[in-house]
Amino acid sequence: VSTVTTTPATDRGRGPLTELLTGGGTARRIMWILLGIAVLFSLVRVLSGQDELTSASVFRAALTLAVPIGLAALGGLFSERAGVVNIGLEGMMILGTWGAGWAGYQWGWGAALVGGLLFGALGGVLHAVATVTFGVDHVVSGVAINILAAGIVRFLSELLYAGPDSPGGGPTQSPAIDRQPSFSVPVLSSGADLLGDLERQHWFLISDAAGLLRGVTNGVGLLTILALLLIPVSYLLLWRTAFGLRLRSCGENPAAADSLGVPVYTYKYVAVIISGGLAGLGGVFLVFDAGIYNEGQTGGRGFIGLAALIFGNWRPGGLAAGAGLFGYADALQLKEKTAVVALLLLVALVLVVVALWQAVNRRFLRASLALVAALGALLGFLTTERLPDGIVSFTPHLTTLLVLSLASQRLRMPKADGLVYRRGEH
Amino acid sequence: MSGSALLRRFGPALLAPTMAVGVALVISGLVIALIGENPFEALAVMFDFGETPAQQTQAIVLILNRAIPLFLAGLAVSIAFRMGLFNIGVEGQYRLATILAAGVGAAVVLPAPLHVLLIVVVGMVVGAAWAGIVGVLKVTRGVSEVISSIMLNFIALGLASFLLTGPLNGSEPGDSIINTPTIPESGRFPGLNGFLGAIGLAQPRTQLFGFLVVAALVGVLISVLLNRTRFGFDLRATGLSPSAAQASGVDARGMVIKTMLLSGAVAGLIGMPDLLGEQYKYGTQFTAGLGFLGIAVALLGRNSPVGIAFAALLFGFLDRAAIPLQFADIPASVVTIIQGTIVLAVVIANEVTRRLTRRQAERAGAGHSGAPPDGEGVAAVAAAASGGQRVRAGEPGGQQGAQS
Repeated sequence: VSTVTTTPATDRGRGPLTELLTGGGTARRIMWILLGIAVLFSLVRVLSGQDELTSASVFRAALTLAVPIGLAALGGLFSERAGVVNIGLEGMMILGTWGAGWAGYQWGWGAALVGGLLFGALGGVLHAVATVTFGVDHVVSGVAINILAAGIVRFLSELLYAGPDSPGGGPTQSPAIDRQPSFSVPVLSSGADLLGDLERQHWFLISDAAGLLRGVTNGVGLLTILALLLIPVSYLLLWRTAFGLRLRSCGENPAAADSLGVPVYTYKYVAVIISGGLAGLGGVFLVFDAGIYNEGQTGGRGFIGLAALIFGNWRPGGLAAGAGLFGYADALQLKEKTAVVALLLLVALVLVVVALWQAVNRRFLRASLALVAALGALLGFLTTERLPDGIVSFTPHLTTLLVLSLASQRLRMPKADGLVYRRGEH
Repeated sequence: MSGSALLRRFGPALLAPTMAVGVALVISGLVIALIGENPFEALAVMFDFGETPAQQTQAIVLILNRAIPLFLAGLAVSIAFRMGLFNIGVEGQYRLATILAAGVGAAVVLPAPLHVLLIVVVGMVVGAAWAGIVGVLKVTRGVSEVISSIMLNFIALGLASFLLTGPLNGSEPGDSIINTPTIPESGRFPGLNGFLGAIGLAQPRTQLFGFLVVAALVGVLISVLLNRTRFGFDLRATGLSPSAAQASGVDARGMVIKTMLLSGAVAGLIGMPDLLGEQYKYGTQFTAGLGFLGIAVALLGRNSPVGIAFAALLFGFLDRAAIPLQFADIPASVVTIIQGTIVLAVVIANEVTRRLTRRQAERAGAGHSGAPPDGEGVAAVAAAASGGQRVRAGEPGGQQGAQS
């Protein structure tokens, strides 16, 4: 009932400026939003003097941190589009890290990739058996898988890594494994390093763009490229093929899909197993990044992937944006603790824009609230030199929570997501 | 009530957990056999409580001391479960509550009972407030409680580490273990070893937490509140069918917030047995992970306080067995595997028995209009099962109507 919220006022009397900003469909609007973000960041960097805010090293770290989250979120996408909530992503990721460590130290990075994929997929099989075959509540099964995965990897490590034939291994870690091959774009970001030169000029907007480009083109791992490719591939697979249509129909209205001859159980199985495999790949990435399997390596990234999925409105592009946002905030707090304070200036600027927007729309109470909050954030930026470590550590989580609470009302999940489907009972 | 009637009344409720524990034991036995150890020997090790009477009571006290916080954790999770909410944030709630309670407890001087009361109240208020954020975000902004409580877990742990290294740091510089200042004598909860002596048991080395009494009391209170009051009825009704509850005049939005506050307040108690009975301070070594185990305990106990008590005892028993297993050269992680398998097996078994009882009821209903044999057990499972259904909906079913 409340979904119809469009006010007729926006359609009436469109000026040329409004036409330029909001006309031309979604693509143009997204372009404007991206440009706005770029200008905003550049402005904040120049004003605060925190060059780290848009440096190549922060962007590279952001990419490294975003990829496992993005892979987990992609895993969540497949399973939730088929109607199975997958809170066990964390557990499947844990299995993936172990599989990568075990196969990786014996047969190299290629085997690590396959090992992590298979172990994650095994977790997916378990989740599918519990939720699809036995009709167990999805969240409950996921939580059980998370507990179980932690136990299994510790057990297997004690069994297989602690022995004398695996030098350097122990009950919580594997022997070291090969790194994955990595690539840089010649001339632009290695060798002559044109982008690096540009970045060091600290010009408004241009250097920021150079930093971003260099960050994502210098020393990029194989799995990173694979993960980036998987986003459009998932989109095409889920939204442009018959397979994808059938899979999504299981998440929207399984009874209708069933009546049209879609084998709902099979599709759910396939989706959850793919989901586990992708989460496992996220685990492989973490192992590659560290060069070793370590217990507790995932650090809750499976859960954050789930948040990124919801943030992205159960769409590949959206979840990539969510993972990117989280990765960026995380990279910032890891690389440059003082730069986090500059985020307060960013918040202040955004709030000022919100206040202006609300004032234009004659919602003066909201406008003044936003303005007060903006002043608070500005005051925080001007008076704080650096935040304590404990506080900085949760910057990404707080950002996610804030963005989610601002955006949540417009999100729409698959209609039958999380509902147990029993054939013939609906 | 005859024996067969009793079996019919409680059979289905007991069947699922018994089946689950059985299946988990068989799987774990296979795992142990797979690594070339004798499963029966492992079982014997787990049940070996020691030679002397003192050793045996010591083992029992260790199990109880572990079970008390697990019981509280399970209770906190189950309150939200009964309403169809999934409070995965118990971990953060109790960690933040414990450190703040420890800080306040060390900072003030009061007569003994008041001092303890103050610490406990601070814990409950902090836990409730932290869980309340989840409730408020859910009803005002439609944020799924699963996601917000996961994020709040991370934020709570960050805040706790900030408080521990900053304002509430009570350790000397350079110490490897950082703790809050120690709570003085008047703020400690007396142990129950005197009672153990009085009933003729040998004195163990460790004190049995006096908080056992409080935990039991809380269990009874929650049970009465959920099963015998209007609030409890509304809560369970909303859990079973949000739209039906809404139609009969239950304020769904208010119920979400109240339930989260209650769940959080109980979560705030989880750290208290350790804090007031043994450690007297919060530090980097303080017991972690109880919130997540609480989910498992609540599931195993089928959301009823009595069931949760047994589940907590079982988990306490398994956790104690970890160290003797290690001594017998069997990886202690077997215990985690058993726990995880039990949870997975119990949810599957719950589902299977639910279907069996329903089929039975349908068959019985064909002849005469008989009620389902175990209404309450089925209700609890249904409440747990519906937890996932609206997890992402952002808001309980009928709420959109309320907003427009």
